[in-house]
Amino acid sequence: MTPSIYQVIHRQEEFAGTFTLRLQVQRKNRTNPPMRFNPGQFNMLYAFGTGESAISFSGLACGRELEGEGSILIHTIRAQGNVTRALECLREGDTLGVRGPFGQGWPLQKAKGKELLIIAGGLGLAPLRPVIYAALEGRLAANKVRLFYGARHPSELLYREELESWAKQIEQEISVDHGDGTWPGHIGVITDPLQAARIDGANTVAFLCGPEIMMRFCIQALLRKGVPASAISLSMERNMKCATGLCGHCQWGPNFICKDGPVFCYEDIRPWLQIRSL
Amino acid sequence: MKTIADLLHEHPFFHGLEECDLQFLASCGENCVYHDGDYLAQENNPANHFFLIRSGRVTVETFVPNRGALCLLTLHGGDIFGWSWLFPPYISAFDARAQGDVRSLRLGGECLRNKCEEDPKLGFELMKRFAKIATERLQSARIQLLDIYGSPSAQSHAT
Amino acid sequence: MDYLLHASDLERLIQAIYKDGYQIFGPTINDKAITYGEISSSADLPQGWTDIQEGGRYRLKRRTDKAFFGYAVGPHSWKKYLQLPHRPIWKASRQHQDIEVIEIQETAPKLAFLGVRSCELHAIAIQDRVLTEGDYTNENYRQRRAQLFTVAVNCTSAAATCFCTAMNTGPEVKLPSDLTLTEVIEGAAHFFLIRSGSASGAQILSELSLRPAGMREKNLANGRVQQLDEEMRKGPRHFDSSDLKELLYRNLDSPSWDKVAERCLSCANCTMACPTCFCSTVEDTTDLSGEHSERWERWDSCFTADLSHLTGGPVRSDTRSRYRQWMTHKLATWQDQFGSSGCVGCGRCITWCPVGIDLTEEVRSIRDLECKQAGSQEQP
Repeated sequence: MTPSIYQVIHRQEEFAGTFTLRLQVQRKNRTNPPMRFNPGQFNMLYAFGTGESAISFSGLACGRELEGEGSILIHTIRAQGNVTRALECLREGDTLGVRGPFGQGWPLQKAKGKELLIIAGGLGLAPLRPVIYAALEGRLAANKVRLFYGARHPSELLYREELESWAKQIEQEISVDHGDGTWPGHIGVITDPLQAARIDGANTVAFLCGPEIMMRFCIQALLRKGVPASAISLSMERNMKCATGLCGHCQWGPNFICKDGPVFCYEDIRPWLQIRSL
Repeated sequence: MKTIADLLHEHPFFHGLEECDLQFLASCGENCVYHDGDYLAQENNPANHFFLIRSGRVTVETFVPNRGALCLLTLHGGDIFGWSWLFPPYISAFDARAQGDVRSLRLGGECLRNKCEEDPKLGFELMKRFAKIATERLQSARIQLLDIYGSPSAQSHAT
Repeated sequence: MDYLLHASDLERLIQAIYKDGYQIFGPTINDKAITYGEISSSADLPQGWTDIQEGGRYRLKRRTDKAFFGYAVGPHSWKKYLQLPHRPIWKASRQHQDIEVIEIQETAPKLAFLGVRSCELHAIAIQDRVLTEGDYTNENYRQRRAQLFTVAVNCTSAAATCFCTAMNTGPEVKLPSDLTLTEVIEGAAHFFLIRSGSASGAQILSELSLRPAGMREKNLANGRVQQLDEEMRKGPRHFDSSDLKELLYRNLDSPSWDKVAERCLSCANCTMACPTCFCSTVEDTTDLSGEHSERWERWDSCFTADLSHLTGGPVRSDTRSRYRQWMTHKLATWQDQFGSSGCVGCGRCITWCPVGIDLTEEVRSIRDLECKQAGSQEQP
């Protein structure tokens, strides 16, 4: 399976080392049907000559001005390896390869008639961004949506301007590990506001994405509040090469993260989370 | 007009406590409001009070000479602050400062100690509640120490 | 319907397959081992040879007879012809800001495998499920596989490391094969029983105009296979594999993993020799101009640090976790992933382990430790 070629049409530096690319399929490929995805799925982004990296969808922009020209993919990336560092060097007009979409996304239908808690840590907000937009556009039919977002520092928050605009419609608890003089919000870990929050466990659904440690602690807090294990979904990370379940890299117990995940229901994977170095 | 016992009753720290115990403790308490920048407690000063925060935002800070006040964590409505009044020499370890208006209840440290000595059963109940919160704070501080959102240092192979 | 093929007519069979346009691969002696290579006549087969195998040990030895297939499996498996060890995936080029990626498509050759054992047919069927029956397929494998012609051989002797009876994969060929042989040497008589399992197999048979086998010949042949089956079931490496998944799922933290990790070298030999291990990775390279790039796929192994690498380091950082991954995948998680065990009991991982780690022994060790722990808990 070869990648389709996309062009960077917009690049935004979120903060040092983390950036968001908007990608549009190259004109000659535009006869293909535009890419559709479910929030939580990912693409393999190919940096020419260097390799591929699995990057979740942060969104899909569709506007009238794009009609007939395919959709625009949004990917937020942290430069931390050879491929992502090569992607970091891309500027507007540069091209890259895209294979996808792959994997299982968030079970959006579970939020219907429930209160949805979106719990993100660090870069983990990226794959939840499309869920937030689905909520803002009323596509979730959730009774209420709340965002809990933990980050290292106020300067390392993703989508800062969007966060402000979301706040009008979505209750937010943002907590940073280290504040600065101007930070008006929580300082501490994200589990604190989660523990302090009033949560009607039986009528709550939670989507989590972030460092595994953060998710484990948040899940403990949710379970104490009576949120059923079947109502908790989390996005897992492992090394992915082929994204098609053929290369064996991303195995985690009986699961292939690339095809059975990356989003899993906590109830299904609970035993595997307990096993170290799996 | 709400009595101190009513206000104690409303605060999560005292949830589920017997009415008679709340009445018993109410005589230690007073209602107080702090304004932006006011200190609830200061490092190295006598820790005379146990604070129940009713609303507003309190920063727990320490002062670093070349960096100013560093905030370690923030406390909000429903949280408590201060256990230095429990142990000699009854001196605060950190600063606690109001960010904007803060409504709180404060209970006299010495008064609380005496009540707990007098009624060890109530004393133990309160001690369990303190210990739970202290444990949660310790856990949070440990997670903070891990710096989990940062980039791991070894990056040579990552894609 | 079983037919009789005289040993001297094996050559006619090979030539008939050749004539149908197949490239024939089969066992040959190479580097003092029986490996798989291209065959052009029956003279290329290791006639009159056998192998002596034990944990970490492999030797060739002369037989006292002229059997063509009187040995067990060697270090190679057929997967090297189906899931290629190293193959180009795409070529890419860059001009200014423009990238082009062109998939490299091979015209799949028509392959015939001569001397495929029952365990190996099972291994191929397992790889079929992994590489062609999911949402995505390895196209190169699928095309090579689609044209494959197999001549299977019923085993009438086994190596000490064989445990196909434990995995229900042999020694008798039960999966479909284009042709299936059973070799019989009885006194001065040397013949094969041959049967077809497909139209193309039947076509070849008809070209050879053989006579149907008689009852005595059939009984002789079947008797050899049945006798081996019985012997193997009494052997030390036979075990009950029906609860392997549950056993391993219960024992992911068994102290047995620590013990095996003290011996395992993480060398990946077992995964290379295994006929079902399918892990692969890709490598991208560019030329000096930086304008041309190629992607190649090659076999990978769960014993490398790179396989489980995440930013910061590998998830499986020690040998204990890598051996556990390999063995639990093969015997347990494979069942949840693909509906069957990933082990066919061929014994290659035992023979080709440089320190002689024996998978059947490891299963027993885990079971024994579990029983011992349960026992000690009952008597405080």
